[in-house]
Amino acid sequence: MAEEVIIPNIQRKRILEYLKEGKRFDGRALDEFRELGVEMNISENSEGSCSVKIGNTEVYAGVKMAIVTPYADGPAEGTLSVGMELGPMADDDFQSGPPSIDSIEIARVIDRGIRESKLIDFEKLCIVSGEKVWQVSVDLYAVNNDGNLFDAAGLAAVTALANAKIPVYDEKEGRAKHELSNVSVPIRKENMCFNVTVHKIGDAFVLDPTKEEEAISDFRLSMALGDNDGEPMISAMQKGNSGGITEDDMEKILKLVEDKFSEMFKKFSKIATGK
Amino acid sequence: MAKKIESAYKKRVDGRAFDELRPIKAKVGVIPSADGSAMYQSGKTRAIAVVRGPRTLHPKHMENPQRGVLRVTYQMMAFSVWDRIKPGTSRRSQEIGKVSEWALGEIVDLDAFPNSVVDVIIQIPQADAGTRVAGINAAVMALAQAGVPMKEMISAIAVGKMDKTLVVDVNKEEEDFEEGEGPTDVPIAITSKSNEIALLQLDGKMSIPELKELIKMAKVACKKINDIQTKALKEPGKEITG
Repeated sequence: MAEEVIIPNIQRKRILEYLKEGKRFDGRALDEFRELGVEMNISENSEGSCSVKIGNTEVYAGVKMAIVTPYADGPAEGTLSVGMELGPMADDDFQSGPPSIDSIEIARVIDRGIRESKLIDFEKLCIVSGEKVWQVSVDLYAVNNDGNLFDAAGLAAVTALANAKIPVYDEKEGRAKHELSNVSVPIRKENMCFNVTVHKIGDAFVLDPTKEEEAISDFRLSMALGDNDGEPMISAMQKGNSGGITEDDMEKILKLVEDKFSEMFKKFSKIATGK
Repeated sequence: MAKKIESAYKKRVDGRAFDELRPIKAKVGVIPSADGSAMYQSGKTRAIAVVRGPRTLHPKHMENPQRGVLRVTYQMMAFSVWDRIKPGTSRRSQEIGKVSEWALGEIVDLDAFPNSVVDVIIQIPQADAGTRVAGINAAVMALAQAGVPMKEMISAIAVGKMDKTLVVDVNKEEEDFEEGEGPTDVPIAITSKSNEIALLQLDGKMSIPELKELIKMAKVACKKINDIQTKALKEPGKEITG
């Protein structure tokens, strides 16, 4: 993604000059997200689905569930799989074909955030121990890329999960029926977590970069953040790109996260739960 | 319609008249980063089409110095149907991409952009039958918005037959109708001015008189669809219903 986007040096220079003064082309503060938007139920054939927008960046998420044999190390636990598609629909630079490393990375980081925050109560997804459990598939599609697909995808995944219902299980047939029950996918609301990515661009630390800002980012640090009594709890991290994080950088990033956490978490929760 | 024939399909599952289209929604300009984009929805079937190009063609050996290349990809999203579809291409999606490419190739003026490619990407977020025709309807609007030179427009519809009853705009429940001769599905695309058939497929059983009648019905339906496409193109960003 970011590595492949080439922008003219003059533009790079201007973005950096702006950031140095704490300004951005679209008038936002460095630590300010673009407007968030959500549309629920984009596919009635899914267990839960949504479209999430951060500015012009848009990601679709849909949850599907299937009955599978559990893994040997978790015979009474459901399973999770997260996939991300970065296809040519979203960006001139994205290609058709098998998942690129960029899409694999996003899917894996989001998967880890959901898993490690214990957002899903996997034990409640067991049907017959050792034999039948629900597999939760979250499929994410980049619809339009204007930067920060990471956070948009993370928010879309959690929003779709938080609103998903389990299909009716037909005990006689031992199969899922083609209808949804009233039972929600077991989400621990208190473990809600969201992906937040901080970019270092020049000397500035930036939240929610646009595509052109992202293109000149030195490094990014993605964090799955949960709420621990008003304090951020980190469940997954991933540093991307080759720029090194100095001690000073790290302190600034963590301070930024601490300062912005309550506001961000509130906004993201409102999207995911409507509250 | 032709003279009354005894048929096991007496009333449509959703209460529509046999020649009635599902409610349509159309909107041009849904993907800000694209050269052209559009959404076309028929009942619960929704397609999004994006146009990128004309642009440099990779791989290079596919370049044609005489004329441009139109490349259509079609994909259903994993959660668009009840049984999850594995993301990526399938034999079905490749075939549909190809027949859609042929249909659109009939109207796009490929001579206008030698050595280049126009990519059309069709995605189906929600499916209730007729996805390929919805995709084509969206793609034509996206091509027009992108300013790709076209000789005329195309509108497409899936007509069909449930037992012996001819119907317009088949939905999924109808596709699964198993009584009598069962379901026959005929996706058709019609060009707007020359009134030619740009896409034609058939699965099921069909007599020659029935097929003739169905093509007539499809042409009437496509006129209505063309009106909506034209309206949507005049007001980008606005959802047109019909």
